[in-house]
Amino acid sequence: MTTVNTKLNRRSFLKVSALAGGGMVLSFSWLAGCKPSPEETLGMPKEWFELNSYIKIGENGAVTLFSPNPEFGSNVKTSMPMILAEELGVNWKQVIVEQADFFPERFDRQFTGGSQGIRQGWIPLRTAGATARAMLIAAAAQTWKVDPKEISTENGHLEHKASGKKVQYGQVASLAATLEVPEEVKLKDIQNFTIIGTSKKNVDGKKIVTGQPMYAIDHKVEGMKYAAIVHPPAFGMRIKSFEKSSLMGMPGIQDVFTIKLFKEGYERNFFDTTTFPEVIAIVGNSTWEVLQAKKAFQAEWENAPESKFTMDAFGNKIPVTVPAGLENTSDHKAKMAEYIQKSGNILRRDGDPEAAFQKAAKVIERTYNAPFLAHNTMEPINCFADVKSDKAVIYGPTQAPEFIMNTLAQALDLPKENIQINLARMGGGFGRRAYSHHMVEAALISQKIQAPVKMVYTREDDMGYGIYRPTYSATYRAALDENNQLVAFHVKAGGIPETPIHPNRFPAGAIDHYLAESWEIPSNITIGAFRAPRSNFIAGAEQSFLDELAEEMGKDPIEFRLELLKRAQTNPVGENNDYDPKRYAGVLELVREKSKWSNPPAGVHRGVSAYFCHNSYVAEVLDLKMEGSTPKVENVYAAVDCGIVVNPDAAANMGEGAIVDGIGNAFFGELAFENGKPTKRNFDQYRMIRQQEAPKNIQVHFVDSTEDPTGLGEPLFPPVFAAVANALYKATGKRLYDQPFQPKLEEMSNLLR
Amino acid sequence: MAIFNLTINGKSKQVDVDPNTPMLWVLRDHLDLVGTKFGCGIAQCGACTIHLDGTAVRSCSLPVSSAEGAEITTIEGLSENGDHPLQEAWIEHDVPQCGYCQAGQIMTAAALLNDNPKPSDEEIENALNGNICRCGTYLRIKAAVKTAAQKL
Ligand code: FES
Ligand code: FES
Repeated sequence: MTTVNTKLNRRSFLKVSALAGGGMVLSFSWLAGCKPSPEETLGMPKEWFELNSYIKIGENGAVTLFSPNPEFGSNVKTSMPMILAEELGVNWKQVIVEQADFFPERFDRQFTGGSQGIRQGWIPLRTAGATARAMLIAAAAQTWKVDPKEISTENGHLEHKASGKKVQYGQVASLAATLEVPEEVKLKDIQNFTIIGTSKKNVDGKKIVTGQPMYAIDHKVEGMKYAAIVHPPAFGMRIKSFEKSSLMGMPGIQDVFTIKLFKEGYERNFFDTTTFPEVIAIVGNSTWEVLQAKKAFQAEWENAPESKFTMDAFGNKIPVTVPAGLENTSDHKAKMAEYIQKSGNILRRDGDPEAAFQKAAKVIERTYNAPFLAHNTMEPINCFADVKSDKAVIYGPTQAPEFIMNTLAQALDLPKENIQINLARMGGGFGRRAYSHHMVEAALISQKIQAPVKMVYTREDDMGYGIYRPTYSATYRAALDENNQLVAFHVKAGGIPETPIHPNRFPAGAIDHYLAESWEIPSNITIGAFRAPRSNFIAGAEQSFLDELAEEMGKDPIEFRLELLKRAQTNPVGENNDYDPKRYAGVLELVREKSKWSNPPAGVHRGVSAYFCHNSYVAEVLDLKMEGSTPKVENVYAAVDCGIVVNPDAAANMGEGAIVDGIGNAFFGELAFENGKPTKRNFDQYRMIRQQEAPKNIQVHFVDSTEDPTGLGEPLFPPVFAAVANALYKATGKRLYDQPFQPKLEEMSNLLR
Repeated sequence: MAIFNLTINGKSKQVDVDPNTPMLWVLRDHLDLVGTKFGCGIAQCGACTIHLDGTAVRSCSLPVSSAEGAEITTIEGLSENGDHPLQEAWIEHDVPQCGYCQAGQIMTAAALLNDNPKPSDEEIENALNGNICRCGTYLRIKAAVKTAAQKL
């Protein structure tokens, strides 16, 4: 049993009697499961008693659990309350889940991203549940005048076996809520878990399938106006002037004006985008009317000069320069090809790689490239805001309310305490909504028109706004000796505008002579976190290269990786290798077994790939079949080591989604630029993976583990790219080095014709 | 602006809007039926799928003027208590991730099952190919359609 000090999470025990309560809606867990009997479902209580930030209990035994983090589809709204319920010791069917508003005084880290929600919430949530349980026990002990140690709990009941006394939690909740928070509490033993590790249905499932309002885009209040925005058509451009009067005569149009996101002298933070600091707002009575005016809108744009400012990146002041100019993909490619030839910044160096390459009997060198990608969340960027002279309510899709609070405060000229951010369920995030400029835009519009407003981006606005996954390039070299053994390894990788390298990850640590170098090319095209940033490219490059290397050395690709991992485990090279070779090997072994690696079904072409990121290990085997000249993904087997899995079926769902996402982006994902303009603005141009291209079958296998949970939303994504590439090689006999693969495949099949 | 008389989920509704207004925005802004979602506005993603006389249509590309006189069904009206076999199968398979595309997926699937109560895998894939799920829940969608078809 682990004992934790509750002081560490003191903030969770702050009680604020009235919650601000924005767009919050209750979610009954039993609506989303197999239907419980009527006795099991409790009605609403007459009164709620708050035990801490996360938990309130009604006199009738109903339990409300607050889910602190924003929900963008990773199902934290179900899994986080499951952790609370486990330690609290209640019946899941009697739980009501409520989405917490952004409330930093009550909750730690209300952030969804980096696959850290469950990992970092694990101990605080368990502690909150266990503390509330301890307070209920103390209340019962006080009432019954018995030793708390003699009281046991089960399914929302307290029992004193010796005297035969038994009550449900609600009966002592009012007293418990007045008691001191204990200094220390004991957490449950893992083997006694009854909720964690069992599959629970999405608490919002019923609402989703019946179309209930839940997303910010669904929000509406009395007197609300609608707004569209117009941003410059190209990166490197800004507004010169625009024609307002003709729009003002259009039906339902109320006003057209520019908004500036940053006041003079405001120091931007890491999550303030620099894309378009000034945009035009069109406000009116309905979405359709403002969209009509947007179509008719005419402006003159001009080239923006270079701009310089200091950015506050988590306390570090970084000078930022946004270059001038209208960029083209063809120039990007030419520049990247130049950088490949130059030496880069050395990030890690083991042994004497230069000498080893000089002495090598054979050197293999390959370069891998991938384009910019747009997130394309299904729900376009939008936000509701109601800004009054002294306070503001913002209800919108954000992964990171904390990071936009200062920006809002400066833009609105309001103290932070007077700004309430309420967290809407999001129609996807993938990193895009860590950048909440839309909240500032909606808020400024509301402030200007002095009315509540809902601002909606069109798909074209959304896809053209930036914050993309960067374009990357990685060059790998391997030196083999006369016995065809690997002696040195060199990776040099960069991108526009950031490098994808993680220098201390595998295969660093497994090879005597190792060199990692990086380079970066500045750009005014903005980038941002995209599901497994950097890993989402470098994994594909590295794991494709290892596949080619294994073949060159005449080794089975899984065996080859295991040999390297053995070396890293028994006799590691260098310092700071930031992976555990044993757990890494574990997922490769598991996927080998589950996919029956050496015994593939007839007619399929297999590729394997593995990667470690967000503290989790994943290996994948992917089977392709050729239908004529078209590859079809048949099966994907994934083995995942992410520690304890809280909600296994939902975890598998997310894993399946990451695999489908990876396949889609490997084949089709691409954004290009002409004179600063994105060449794709909607789904008729930007190809997304669809039902017919999805694999026939996906199996996600979790390593049985008692380790604390680690990341899950991202780690299954990066390895997919190489699993696809390696299987395509088996199917076509050709190695593909440039993503997306589809255009090359079409070219190849034309040649065959 | 003009007055339109619509039949939505079995009820008569009247709206006063520009005749070119797509049904999507009539539903969402004027009738407060927000289950029908905006995804692309150009009939490419399927998030806005509704039924027009039982056929799946993209409401973002259907002007209100051509919807008069037809029976319109939205996700809110697919069943009385959210118990259409597809809705139940969706919960059984715990299909949604973000959930944003799912109303459109269900409406497309419902129209398919109306026409073809026992579709093959390939028929399901074809029918649902116009509905993008950015979260990649395609396998569960297909499995849920099959479960629902068995119960019909
Ligand atoms: S919004 Fe209608 S198909 Fe995308
Ligand atoms: S569940 Fe998110 S788009 Fe389908």
